Parts: sequence; C-alpha cells; structure tokens
Amino acid sequence: MSAAMATAEETRILLGVEHLTMRFGGLLAVDDVSFVAHDREITAIIGPNGAGKTTVFNCLTGFYKPSVGRLMLHHPKGPLLLEQMDGFRINKDAGIARTFQNIRLFPNMSVLENLIVAQHNRLMRASGFTFLGLIGYQGYARAERQAVELAKYWLDKVNLMERADWNAGSLPYGAQRRLEIARAMCTQPVLLCLDEPAAGLNPHESAELNELLIHIRDNERIGLLLIEHDMGVVMEISDHIVVLDHGRKISDGSPEFVRNDDAVIRAYLGEEEEEELPPEVKQDLEGEVR
Amino acid sequence: MTAVTASDMPVRPLHAPAVLKEAGLTAFVVLLLAIGLVGFETVDVSAGIALRTRFGDVAAAVVIAFLGRIVLILQREGRNRIVLVAMAIVSALLAIALFGSTIGKWAEIPALRDFQHLLPFKDPLLSWLILIVALYFAMRAARGLHHATRPLSAEERDARLDRAGARAQRVGRWLGPLLLLLAIALPFVANRQIIDIATLVTTYVMLGWGLNIVVGLAGLLDLGYVAFYAVGAYSYALLALKAGLSFWICLPFAGMMSATAGVLLGFPVLRLRGDYLAIVTLGFGEMIRIILLNWYTFTGGPNGLSGIPRPSFFGLPFSPDAPEGHQTFFTFFGLDYSPQARIIFLYYLILALALITNLFTLRIRRLPIGRAWEALREDEIACRSLGMNPRNTKLTAFGIGAMFAGFAGSFFATRQGFISPESFTFIESAVILAIVVLGGMGSQVGVVFAAIVLIGFPEFFRELQQYRMLAFGGAMVLIMLWRPAGLLAHREPTIKLGSGRYAERSRT
Repeated sequence: MSAAMATAEETRILLGVEHLTMRFGGLLAVDDVSFVAHDREITAIIGPNGAGKTTVFNCLTGFYKPSVGRLMLHHPKGPLLLEQMDGFRINKDAGIARTFQNIRLFPNMSVLENLIVAQHNRLMRASGFTFLGLIGYQGYARAERQAVELAKYWLDKVNLMERADWNAGSLPYGAQRRLEIARAMCTQPVLLCLDEPAAGLNPHESAELNELLIHIRDNERIGLLLIEHDMGVVMEISDHIVVLDHGRKISDGSPEFVRNDDAVIRAYLGEEEEEELPPEVKQDLEGEVR
Repeated sequence: MTAVTASDMPVRPLHAPAVLKEAGLTAFVVLLLAIGLVGFETVDVSAGIALRTRFGDVAAAVVIAFLGRIVLILQREGRNRIVLVAMAIVSALLAIALFGSTIGKWAEIPALRDFQHLLPFKDPLLSWLILIVALYFAMRAARGLHHATRPLSAEERDARLDRAGARAQRVGRWLGPLLLLLAIALPFVANRQIIDIATLVTTYVMLGWGLNIVVGLAGLLDLGYVAFYAVGAYSYALLALKAGLSFWICLPFAGMMSATAGVLLGFPVLRLRGDYLAIVTLGFGEMIRIILLNWYTFTGGPNGLSGIPRPSFFGLPFSPDAPEGHQTFFTFFGLDYSPQARIIFLYYLILALALITNLFTLRIRRLPIGRAWEALREDEIACRSLGMNPRNTKLTAFGIGAMFAGFAGSFFATRQGFISPESFTFIESAVILAIVVLGGMGSQVGVVFAAIVLIGFPEFFRELQQYRMLAFGGAMVLIMLWRPAGLLAHREPTIKLGSGRYAERSRT
C-alpha cells in the first residue's frame, strides 16, 4: 500500500486548519473544523453531498474569507496565514494550486498555452514586467524556453504531448481533467488541492489518475489535498482522511481507521446511495466510451 | 432547414393561401419599416426644410418583399426550376432597363433613356442591388437543379467559415506585407481625395487595433473608447496651444494622459463584466464628452479648439514660407512648395502610428501579459487560482488600449486643426467597436478589412449616404446570424510545439 511507503519518511505538517467556520447568512456551511495536512502525503476530505467540503476548499484557496478560524500554511519560506491573503496571492506567494469541480480551463487557448499561462508570474518577472520582453530581451526568451520545458514535462506526465497544440476546449473530458492538474502543477506549488478529480472518469482513467497523484506526491514531494466521492480512489491513494458531515468533522485518521469508524459508516458509507451523475458528465462519459 | 437532400425530398404540394399569408406578412413588416424610413425625406428648401414623400419607393419595396418572399418559399420547397425561370426573367428585364437607361443617358438616345421608368426605384443603385440578388438566387437555383445540393447545416457552415478564417490567416502572412506595400505606395499613385480617405481609414484601423487589445484580447467590452480618443486629442490641442509644445513632444504626453484616463476608468469597473461593464464604459464616454462641452474656460466648450498647430517634419513646417531665420520643409530639402506634401506626410504619419500599434499588439500577444489578457477573457476565476493578479492585468489592458486611442486622438487633432466635442460622440465608439467585432475579435487583418468596409466604402459612395445606417444594421444582423465571432475569427496559438520554435525538441 502506498500509505505504508509514505510513513517510511518523516513528514512534517504543511497545513494546519484550526476552528474553521464559514457562515453564509444563517447557513452554517462549515462548523469548527480543525485538521492538519502533512507534506508529501495525500489528505482526502470526504463526506456526503452538502457536507461543506468545497467550502473548506474555497476558504483554503482564497475564494471565501472564513468567518472564524485560522489557516496556517507552513511554507518552506516561513509560516503564512492564508485567511489574510488576497485571492491570487494564495497561489502566487503561498504556493497553493487548485483544480475545480467543474473544470475551468482556458478553452479557446491551446493546451500548451494553458500551461504557459500557469507560469505567468515567473515569466512576468523574466520579461521585466513586459518592458524588457517588448524590446526582445534574451533573458525572457530563455525563461520562455524553460517554461516550455516545464510544460512539456507535465504534458508527458498527463499524456497530452500529442495534443499540445489543440484547443483545450476540444479535448475530451478526461483529458481536460488531467490538463487542469498539469496546469496547477506548472505553478510549482507546495500544496495541490484537487476538487473531485475523479468525477466523471471511467475506471481506466481513474487508475491513471491514481498513478499521477502518487507520482506527484512521491516525485514532486509536495502535499496533496483532495475532495473525492470515488471511494476506490480515496481508499487506495490517501494517506490520511478527514470526514465531514453537515459542516462538522466526524472522523479523522488513516483509511483503515476511517473505514471502520462507526460515525463514518452511519453518516456516509452506510447510507450511500447510487449517485445520480449530472447530465453533462453522463454525456461526456458516453463520449469517452465511444 | 431540413437535412435531407433535395433529390430525395418529395416535392410537396404548395398551399397557395399559406404561401400568400407568409409573403403577405413579410410585405406588411416591410411596409411598416419602409413607411417611416423610406416614405418621408426631409429636403432643404429656401424657407428651411420640408418633407417630401416617396411612396412610390415604398410601394416598390413592399412588392419586391412580397415577391421575394415567394421566391424564398419556392426555393425552400425545392421548386428550383420555377425560381430559376422567374429570376432569369427578372434579371433580364432589370439588366435591359439598367443598361439601356445608362447607355441612353450616355449616348443621349431618348428612347433608351426612357427605360429608366421601368426601374422600380429612382435610385439606379438599388436596382443594381436587386439585379445582383436576383442573379444570386438564379445561380443557387441552377446549382440546386444541377447537383441537388442540400442546404448546409449550421455546424458545417461554421466549420467551413472557420477553415476560411484559418486560410485567411495563412494568406495574411503574405497579404499583410502586400497590403503594407500598397499602403506605402498609395500616395505616389493616388489623388488627394483617395489619400484623404486612406488617412481616415487608417485612423480607424489604428483605433480598431487599439480597441482590439481591450475587447478582442482582454474581453472587456468597452463602449466608451472614443473618450480616450477625445482625451488624446484635447491633450495635444491644449498642450500645443497653451504651452506651445511641438507635436512630437505632445504625442507621448497625450498617450500618457489617455492611458491615465483608461486606468482611472478601469478602477471602478474592475468587478464588472459583460453588459454591466459595457454600460459603465458607455457612461464614462458620455461623461468625458459632457465635461469637454461644459468646461468652457478650458476646453472652449461647444466652440471647440481651433488653430491647433499642424505637424511639422521634425521641426520643419509644411508652409509656403517660414518666419525669419527658419526653414520650411521645402527650403530645407530644396524642393518646390507643394500643398500635397502635408497631406502625404499626414498619411504616412498615421500609417506609422497604426503600424506601431499593430506590431505592439502582435508582440505583446506573445508576452506573458498578452497571454494573461486572453486567459482573463476565458476564465477570470481560473486566472486567480493560478496566482495572476486580475486587477493589474485588467488595468494594463485598459491603459494600453487607451494609450493608442490617445495617439490616434492627437493625430486627429493635428490633422483637423480644429476639434470640438461633436467629434467624440457615442456613434464613434459604436463604429470602432463594430470594426473590431465585424473583423473578428483579436484578428488584426480582419480589423483592416472591416475598417475599409465601414469607413472607406461610405466615403466613396457618398451619394448613398442615406442608406448607410441601413446597410450598417443589415451587415451587423448578418454577422450575428452567420458568424457571431466575426469574419476572420480564427485564433492561432501564440506558441506551438508541433511546428515552430520548439518543434525539434518535441519530436523525441
């Protein structure tokens, strides 16, 4: 099991979430949730629909300002308080990259361009904030070459090298999911947050995704945080699972522990129903099979 | 539209009442529209203006709409033979009448000249138009008889047009330099009127390219672009008149002032998108115009500013004689005085400014900021999650777009020698935006063609001016129906693995 492999090395705490609470008017979406995520580990947040998983994510990645709580990122350069940062700085300065539940690529730009845009801040500096780039400064050409090399590395990892010049919007659904992960990785993050990366993937693609995520954990040596409904993915690759229900944390531990936790079985696994996929996902799934 | 081929489409019987009802409805709509638009005309008479009616033209329009609709129905139902015969007769009659009357007028043969009474409209150009449409339908019917072609579905048409766009872009690679050579050679072959029109068109090309940065690349719908044009024009005029600075010193200042105005507008609208942004920028454009109109002591109000210095050739004026101790352009180069020289110089000046705008855009598209603009157009939330600062990115787009409008504005001021708020009304913004949208957002060559069509043609066909807005609206509707993304809306990636700089490394 991969979990055993990861514990062989000493891992440190990367992200500490303390007493996170998020209120939308009268609705308490997340209620006093605390957990930690370790470096070089895959931490999964699971829970039934409406449990507050995506809200936790949006707080972490700067899309919401939490009502109460502290989000401490132990960045190699020093600790950072995420709840005090502007949305875009979460990625720029804190090095947290994310993907979205409903894929958000730049559909009319090519696959390669998507990956180059992800390296915006580095290239911006190299182009002297456009001024040096405009006059044809060599340093920028070098930086762009490096950016292409990084993009090619990830294109290779997600099996999209052949389709580098395609429009991102014309890729099949599974490939778009992989591209979004590659794009997030091109920002060279310290923590990668994935919002339901396996949603709408067929079993084969799902297995490929597991491989990719484990590769990222072991080779890039960063922390991963994922929300997932697909228990196959979660149980197979997670090192650590946090279970939410109705905005509260009900369980926290290794996959074995969580699997046998009565609270979890009651709240989630015991009541699991066949989930109805959204129609566009269904359509894409059929497209994949064909 | 059905997707079955014409050959296996059964020829259904036509119900005369249904056909007549449909055609009658069309004719009724045309009647409603034409009675106001065509039926009345204001004419200058000695005591002011008077109304003149043109009900004959209205009647002709209604009849043509009625018959035209029947032809369309017949064509839709696959009755190609009838359509072909009818159109052939109509075209033949029209052609005889048109050619006959033209020749008659030219050769002064009264019998032939009287053919013009056969024409449906007084204006022969409209009859030419009908002839062209009739020939087109005849051609389609003939093709339908021949190949039994089926109508293209929307996707096929889209794919076909996109291929055409891609082809146009490939052609653009040599068409661009060719157009440039033509543009450079123009003053040597053309007369003054053509150079004047070319200067005007090039001004709009430059404005279109500038707005393309904001609308085409960054996707920020700006309906008040003319405000920055006005800021540039007034900056130059005021600096030149009050501080006595020369054009070349004022030009960067005017650009800076406009860019500042762009950034100032950008701040409050950062959170707005789409329609809301369009409304606010529209308001901003009007605000600037009204400030210029009311700040009488500074801008001259509705009287405008006159006596704006003409540009000099780096300090050498284009005047017949220079003040004591100075040289003119002509004495310096030992040429004879020619009033044409300044016109040509102005033309080259705007050509150079427009080319700078174009090169700048082409270059910045390949820089991180240009890609960031396009990414912002595609998905702002994704941009934020990638660590891009959306505020700065939007503001640079507004600022740089406005800067080029400022350059164009100071050129406008120096060319006219007189500016007033009347030159900067909303319709100007609308025309510039139409150039960008018609050409294809983000397409540089498309902007040139659209500017020629929208600015150049009306200048050449001044006698048709009353139909200008009609044609304008019609063209816009057609574009919306067939090519919502613009004529040449094919987008080439700014960086490629497959073929290009990074090609050989990728084929490992």
